[in-house]
Amino acid sequence: MSIPVKDDEIDIVIGALHADLTSFMNAWRPIFTRFHLIIVKDPDLKEELRIPEGFNLDVYKKPDIDHVVGTSTSIIFSGYSCRYFGYLVSRKKYIVSVDDDCLPAKDNKGFLVDAVAQHITNLTTPATPFFFNTLYDPFTEGADFVRGYPFSLRSGVTCALSCGLWHNLADYDAPTQALKPEERNSRYVDAVLTVPAKTLMPISGINIAFNRDAVGPALLPCLRLAGEGKFRWETMEDIWSGMCVKVICDHLGLGVKTGLPYVWRNDRGDAIASLRKEWEGVKMMEEVVPFFQLVRLPQEATTAEDCVVEVANAVKEKLGPKDPMFARTAKAMLDWVKLWKSVGVSSYSPGA
Amino acid sequence: MAEPATATEAAAPAVALLKDELDIVIPTIRNLDFLEMWRPFFQPYHLIIVQDGDPTKTIKVPEGFDYELYNRNDINRILGPKASCISFKDSACRCFGYMVSKKKYIYTIDDDCFVAKDPSGKAINALEQHIKNLLSPSTPFFFNTLYDPFREGADFVRGYPFSLREGVSTAVSHGLWLNIPDYDAPTQLVKPLERNTRYVDAVMTIPKGTLFPMCGMNLAFDRQLIGPAMYFGLMGDGQPIGRYDDMWAGWCIKVICDHLGLGVKTGLPYIYHSKASNPFVNLRKEYKGIYWQEEIIPFFQQAVLPKDCTSVQKCYIELAKQVKEKLSKVDPYFDKLADAMVTWIEAWDELNPTGAAVPNGKAK
Repeated sequence: MSIPVKDDEIDIVIGALHADLTSFMNAWRPIFTRFHLIIVKDPDLKEELRIPEGFNLDVYKKPDIDHVVGTSTSIIFSGYSCRYFGYLVSRKKYIVSVDDDCLPAKDNKGFLVDAVAQHITNLTTPATPFFFNTLYDPFTEGADFVRGYPFSLRSGVTCALSCGLWHNLADYDAPTQALKPEERNSRYVDAVLTVPAKTLMPISGINIAFNRDAVGPALLPCLRLAGEGKFRWETMEDIWSGMCVKVICDHLGLGVKTGLPYVWRNDRGDAIASLRKEWEGVKMMEEVVPFFQLVRLPQEATTAEDCVVEVANAVKEKLGPKDPMFARTAKAMLDWVKLWKSVGVSSYSPGA
Repeated sequence: MAEPATATEAAAPAVALLKDELDIVIPTIRNLDFLEMWRPFFQPYHLIIVQDGDPTKTIKVPEGFDYELYNRNDINRILGPKASCISFKDSACRCFGYMVSKKKYIYTIDDDCFVAKDPSGKAINALEQHIKNLLSPSTPFFFNTLYDPFREGADFVRGYPFSLREGVSTAVSHGLWLNIPDYDAPTQLVKPLERNTRYVDAVMTIPKGTLFPMCGMNLAFDRQLIGPAMYFGLMGDGQPIGRYDDMWAGWCIKVICDHLGLGVKTGLPYIYHSKASNPFVNLRKEYKGIYWQEEIIPFFQQAVLPKDCTSVQKCYIELAKQVKEKLSKVDPYFDKLADAMVTWIEAWDELNPTGAAVPNGKAK
């Protein structure tokens, strides 16, 4: 049922927020070596990157980013947003991206999870956003559509985004982390499911994969909190990007899956220290959710680029007046589309 | 390979939650031998047995259970002419049990469903999990990627709006099945040997605006919140369709729950489904449904209930009106069904006058 995919159709994009990637790369080695990797160094990181031998990769640092992007844009590729530069310069059909503090997880039988293979399976089998299948992914081995599932909806649609999960340190916000400092996620939920159309969700950037051809420009580094930091719970950039992608996928009739694969996320940081910064993000979501629930894209918007422009204009109009951060975000979204059109699609290939 | 738990492994819980507030409704046409296996989990509760088929046959209920049993004669006697809305020769008749119950919660289970084992080998107390599902909130307005945030070891993820974290009341808990999966006839014919061995350790809320195929094999609901909408339609003898009873109820309750701001959960608990029904017989029953559902689904997806429908009964009557208006053209069956939906509500209101607290019915 799945589309056959060659290794050279896949890029693995890693945003390096830590200089020493040795243990990270070595842990992922059995899974990553087959593929081409794009490592983007956080421009704020001062130390030299330490990357072990034996990988097929391109590394991009601040000078490369400046050279490609120049001063023409308001987009800031620092912190977790650095990975989007990798999405921009990749020329592959599929991108898999994990945070550099994540390692391969184990499944419920104790075997190491090949997160890349699972993401690719998710992206190359259909999604079913128009009706919920109670046995979850009907295309997985040992499952199918259940009684009562309309036959006309069984061919499904292209899956554009695959959202994985996290063992150990789950992707909680700072207040939740602070309240439950000992909680670790050990539950292995053996399922992939399509998130229904018109349903919104928080899409975490920690462990994702996407079809760059279908939705590349819709993953965007455009919302920066004033107190944006180097811990996931000090950012909302991926949550914002995820809301845009979901709305755009719903409009374009593309699917979003969630569930497997798991990655193991290392403990780090002090959530209580981040609490003060976090409230900005928490407040932001309250404004943002009603906006995304109501936004409607015109029928003429048939590409991801067009859709991003429409969303950006709506953000400027409806959210801009509430907070200057949203006005900046809308501008950054338009800049991103321009950047995508000039750098993202041309035959331009920047040096490492 | 999925296997049922053996009776000796089933350990009764220290406290039977909601034992005076929940009825277990079981439709049967054969026998109730399966109850023996469920005894440690079910014995504290009151059972309502709905006997389908030949009313002269005696269905033996295992010793020690507190129950009331209704056969077709009882149904006819109690409902009079309104009995026409209750199906005959189809497990859809179970909804009569919902109507006569006096409890807040209902758990319904098929007589070929046994206790399943979780991956650690422990027997699953399905009823206990359903009760947990019903007593904790649902979150239909925003999807939580770690599934049920109220489960131990889970929570709302980053980005989940705080204003939506209280959730809403849970009206329905839809459980799943190991071993024989709930496939339709065509799928059964193509994959006769497929068994569901995957234990998915999750409960989740089905988002608002999303429909799903609701299976009646392992289902619990809050009768006070949604009971009147749990009508299982006209199926079986004299009807052009079968095996769409729970589906029909599921589409109705989902539209109504979405309208009233109530939640529907799916996932755990699992039961062990032992019997694969004959796919050729099933095909004949489902045949029309397979075509009709192509019209029915868009109908439910587009159904809008007016703001003044503030009770389940009002919502259901309005839905019946719309079924008559929009689906009769698909087949005259829907005209009959719409009438039966109204009859059901009339019967429900007669048997469940508001305000009165009534004791259980008596066993025969």
